[in-house]
Amino acid sequence: AARMFLRLLSDVRWRAANPRWRRMTCSRRSTSSTAEPHPVSLPAQAQVVICGGGIMGTSVAYHLSKLGWKDIVLLEQGRLAAGTTRFCAGIVSTARPVAIELKMADYSNKLYQQLEQETGIKTGYMKTGSISLAQTQDRLISLKRIASSLNVMGIPCEIITPKQVAQLHPLINIHDLVGAMYVPGDALVSSADVSLALATAASWNGVQIHERTSVSHVLVQKGRVTGVETDRGHISCQYFVNCAGQWAYELGLSGEEHVSIPVHACEHFYLLTYPLKEPLASSIPTIVDPDGRIYIRNWQGGILSGGFEKNPKPLFTEGRNQLEIQNLQEDWDHFEPLLSALLRRMPGLEALQIMQLVNCPETFTPDMRCIMGESPTVRGYFVLTGMNSAGISYGGGAGKLLAEWMVNGYPSENVWPLDLKRFGTLQSSRTFLRHRVMEVMPLICDLKVPRWDFQTGRQLRTSPLYDRLDAQGARWMEKHGFERVKYFVPPGKDLLDLDQSKTFYKPDWFDIVGSEVKCCKEAVCVIDMSSFTKFEISSTGDQALESLQYLFSNDLDVPVGHVVHTGMLNEKGGYENDCSIARLNKRSFFMISPTDQQVHCWSWLKNRLPSDSNLTMEDVTWKYTALNLIGPRAVDVLSELSYAPITPEHFPSLFCKEMSVGYANGIRVMSITHTGEPGFMLYIPIEYALHVYNEVMNMGQKYGIRNAGYYALRSLRIEKFFAFWGQDLDAFTTPMECGREFQVKLEKEMEFIGQEALLEQKQNGVYKRFTMFILEDHDTDMDLWPWWGEPIFRNGRYVGKTTSSAYSYTLERHVCLGFVQHFDEKTGEELVVTTDFINHGEYEIDIAGQRFQAKAKLYPFSSLFTHRRRKDEKDEMELSGYQGE
Amino acid sequence: FYLTPPQVNSILKANEYSFKVPEFDGKNVSSVLGFDSNQLPANAPIEDRRSAATCLQTRGMLLGVFDGHAGCACAQAVSERLFYYIAVSLLPHETLLEIENAVESGRALLPILQWHKHPNDYFSKEASKLYFNSLRTYWQELIDLNSGETTDVKEALINAFKRLDNDISLEAQVGDPNSFLNYLVLRVAFSGATACVAHVDGVDLHVANTGDSRAMLGVQEEDGSWSAVNLSYDHNAQNEHEVERVKMEHPKSEGKSLVKQDRLLGLLMPFRAFGDVKFKWSIELQKRVVESGPDQLNDNEYTKFIPPNYHTPPYLTAEPEVIHHKLRPQDKFLVLATDGLWETMHRQDVARIVGEYLTGVHHQQPIAVGGYKVTLGQMHGLLTERRARISSVFEDQNAATHLIRHAVGNNEFGTVDHERLSKMLSLPEELARMYRDDITIIVVQFNSHVVGACQNEE
Repeated sequence: AARMFLRLLSDVRWRAANPRWRRMTCSRRSTSSTAEPHPVSLPAQAQVVICGGGIMGTSVAYHLSKLGWKDIVLLEQGRLAAGTTRFCAGIVSTARPVAIELKMADYSNKLYQQLEQETGIKTGYMKTGSISLAQTQDRLISLKRIASSLNVMGIPCEIITPKQVAQLHPLINIHDLVGAMYVPGDALVSSADVSLALATAASWNGVQIHERTSVSHVLVQKGRVTGVETDRGHISCQYFVNCAGQWAYELGLSGEEHVSIPVHACEHFYLLTYPLKEPLASSIPTIVDPDGRIYIRNWQGGILSGGFEKNPKPLFTEGRNQLEIQNLQEDWDHFEPLLSALLRRMPGLEALQIMQLVNCPETFTPDMRCIMGESPTVRGYFVLTGMNSAGISYGGGAGKLLAEWMVNGYPSENVWPLDLKRFGTLQSSRTFLRHRVMEVMPLICDLKVPRWDFQTGRQLRTSPLYDRLDAQGARWMEKHGFERVKYFVPPGKDLLDLDQSKTFYKPDWFDIVGSEVKCCKEAVCVIDMSSFTKFEISSTGDQALESLQYLFSNDLDVPVGHVVHTGMLNEKGGYENDCSIARLNKRSFFMISPTDQQVHCWSWLKNRLPSDSNLTMEDVTWKYTALNLIGPRAVDVLSELSYAPITPEHFPSLFCKEMSVGYANGIRVMSITHTGEPGFMLYIPIEYALHVYNEVMNMGQKYGIRNAGYYALRSLRIEKFFAFWGQDLDAFTTPMECGREFQVKLEKEMEFIGQEALLEQKQNGVYKRFTMFILEDHDTDMDLWPWWGEPIFRNGRYVGKTTSSAYSYTLERHVCLGFVQHFDEKTGEELVVTTDFINHGEYEIDIAGQRFQAKAKLYPFSSLFTHRRRKDEKDEMELSGYQGE
Repeated sequence: FYLTPPQVNSILKANEYSFKVPEFDGKNVSSVLGFDSNQLPANAPIEDRRSAATCLQTRGMLLGVFDGHAGCACAQAVSERLFYYIAVSLLPHETLLEIENAVESGRALLPILQWHKHPNDYFSKEASKLYFNSLRTYWQELIDLNSGETTDVKEALINAFKRLDNDISLEAQVGDPNSFLNYLVLRVAFSGATACVAHVDGVDLHVANTGDSRAMLGVQEEDGSWSAVNLSYDHNAQNEHEVERVKMEHPKSEGKSLVKQDRLLGLLMPFRAFGDVKFKWSIELQKRVVESGPDQLNDNEYTKFIPPNYHTPPYLTAEPEVIHHKLRPQDKFLVLATDGLWETMHRQDVARIVGEYLTGVHHQQPIAVGGYKVTLGQMHGLLTERRARISSVFEDQNAATHLIRHAVGNNEFGTVDHERLSKMLSLPEELARMYRDDITIIVVQFNSHVVGACQNEE
């Protein structure tokens, strides 16, 4: 093995010494020139096979080998770093709106900085800083929001004036600017060389690298990876990592067991010029002008400038595979708007001579976030791809997280926003991907205001009531392909106005949602919540109960007809899922989870349930339409429709009964609303959905019933301090940290996943605490609204971030939910967060750089709400809820 | 009332037609690349007609526009028949004999013309036998006349025009036992039509014109700009030579009454036309034919009305003026159009609009920097210019449609104003004729490579 290693190393060194690898060359390398013999034959087996020799594959190999895994083979169909990695612009930028992406970029930057020292390979690393320009006030707000989160991460960053921009970069026309964000730590690299340096370091650690070897498909047995088939033979392996970039989709579909990886490529253009008369200084900052859709960086004294046009050109939809990215045409007419933007930004460049227009395809995902993690269907099949043209920024961090995931079983950060399991096969239609990426690519530069929605790939999954609700003025948003109502526009309202409700300030649906909330509080509303994920788990004997008791943290051995709120925890006690489980009978359970849990929860349970033919689990999501009847009069509507006693004595909170509603029988009625308000969830077999809906609406008329949407629900649940999974709760949050110890069967001393960790937390205390903040000096009409991700300050010191927020129509204040941590003032070490620590502090929430005073609370305002309740009702509250927004 | 852009487009495109000369072995050896044609009615029904056909027994292509007046019957008949007369006039003696023998022995006829017709361009089935017999008589005479000389295109065109007009006149005088046909030939003779016909064969372009339609050549100058060259003379009161000609043909005493209010005998705008026997026959002949004709003719005030000062007929002829032009590589296209277009647009604008349209559509090659020295500013200028061109051309796939869009929709700045276009196209039938005339356009595109090659051979 040692001899093999040496030969490989020399191969890599040869390439590193070849000047054509040293930097982006202007002419595309011909492939015929060097057909060097393969240095070594493929090994018969390995622990890990990585497919793809771009920045992702080499970064995964590098980090796996750092973590101690040595038996790794990296296969590249062409040459190392010869695909998108080779052609990409090489900008390392930390200014990312999503926290996990920001952290990955920050890590990448630090990694690349020391890579040359570590490997001796020149990576072209140059700390230039970057300036993001704002042509509008709204853009400046979004930059300020990013600046706030960069600052609390310890990444230097400041909002600067146009004049300061001119001082930092003499070529910029600043007349149309309102401000900018300067991140001095951002850098430039030669991306291919970074990739080669990572590969070199990995090969020093024992990773074998084979070029000109393509994987034809992955072999799977009993749901596990067993090997790969290549054009040069077979390799047995336990783990396979798909880092095939734009070919990842095809590769995923190539084996017998399909792995859905929803990515699609678009052409991406950038321009290279000859040096300026006075060549640009190598330290000149990189410019990002999102309103002009362009970026501009120094390139050998000239410039490199590209962008993200409004009308992207998707390619390879039909799945044509090719070894390397060759012969893609330059399209100047297509580039014209970006060239105009460039000359508008830097008019002095008119006389600069063009060298080349580079066409470099980039890979995009359906939600503009990259894809990593393990396949839900094939164990040991990992994926890292879909970088939405930020591959160099994410490369280091993403490779590290995936390597940790493989070695430790979980990454060191919450990566749910990037997890492959957020998608299912439903996002893998070629048509869907083609249409969606045409929206995603321009979105990279578009202004993203709170609550923006995708416009393409819609109306895929709908409730049977869709047309009825739409005709009544429903406005829709989408989650996991499912259309859900935001709110209902009352007849007579100007519809055009509402479609332009894109603002960082008070939106124009404010009063509409307000009246829906009021109706929920005073009368009754109906919300279609059919998108929920629904599983049925049953067995012939006690197997179902026994397994679920181990998999879920709350006690499920409850009388038939009870509903239990419970977490599905991991070994560290963190929430993998948060759900409601109804015990339908002794041996079967009905489980309700957030919409986007469909794939993740299924695979989590599948992998952990005993393979016992007497135990069955079925996904019944599509079989039921769910209607949420919220409000004090819900009980009246339902009792008139069912002729069954449903007063609180007969139907207390957290119960589930099968009953008839109108003519329809077998409706599962649960006394929960996911908001803390009184009411019922109706799970209706879909063929009865229209009937039950009509009956409810007709009967409800005299009680003032109306339709409502998820925005009203959100306001209700947040003012009641309900956390929900995917936004507030994640795999790194335990029940102890969000005041839900009562949902854990710790006292019963029954074994369940995560028990040990929770017991330890119970003894030692928690290091973060879910807290509710009521904004004090915030003017709803005039001030910027909170969204999520705003930094929280306690006594002037950063203690955490918000996770969700909403306007409470009851409190007439904004409510933010978030986690408070306790950092030691000197060492920055994390300390235990006590109730005292929360209660004794002055809090501020930072919204785009402006701080608002906030009152912290650990418990909801139960007193404030109880007087509105009917007297005969006990002060019972469900202390759980999720909307899965 | 407002028409949306798609509605406007559906109106403008209803009659558009394109023909591309087929390529052989990837090469188009014809000097014509193809043509675009279109019509926009103002009269209901439209009185303009158009024809296009490839000669099969001789080389060359025929294209023509016909502007009818006092009904569409004459324009319709001319559009069906004239090209056959021209084709026959061009045929060599042997071919004429062959055809005659075929007819004689009931064998299949050699095809003479290949028509390129829009579905709305129809031929009258009822009259085909009658028309065929007249045509046969013509070629029999040509066979008898056998001059032995090679046919001169100019002469052939003139003969064909005159012969057809003569046949129209004779058919009306003789009548037909079939009452429908009898009425038809009379309507053809009593209505009128101008004709502007182009014959293209290699670099030889002949335009035969009778009346006030017009043929115009689009020429691209060395600097890329466009200019217009007239290939026909209008036969109307604005043409001094034409006024002179009419005056020469009649006694001096009629000098004042011949042309009044810019019209022939104060009535007719074109000074040459097919049909219009009211300006050709003697008063006696007119009266006899009308009286013996069907009732519908008798009831028609127009046909019974004898023009004032009608002393020395004929006052009108169908004889065309023929202009011969040798095509050069810079001659990019030919526009044939009825006066509906020329009333609204100057020929120079027509040349520019069509020229820019055609180069925009067909020469929008992708740009490659290659090894050239190009600055960002130069590239930007080039790209914005290309984009501006595309955006105005974008809607039309047909040069004639594009021209009509401009003719009807142009504002004072020479750009298409959608609002104006919408208004003009939504005029009620009875008002439309007051604001615009029928427009018929054929744009023929030449193949500069073939033209250049032919030129070098000669």
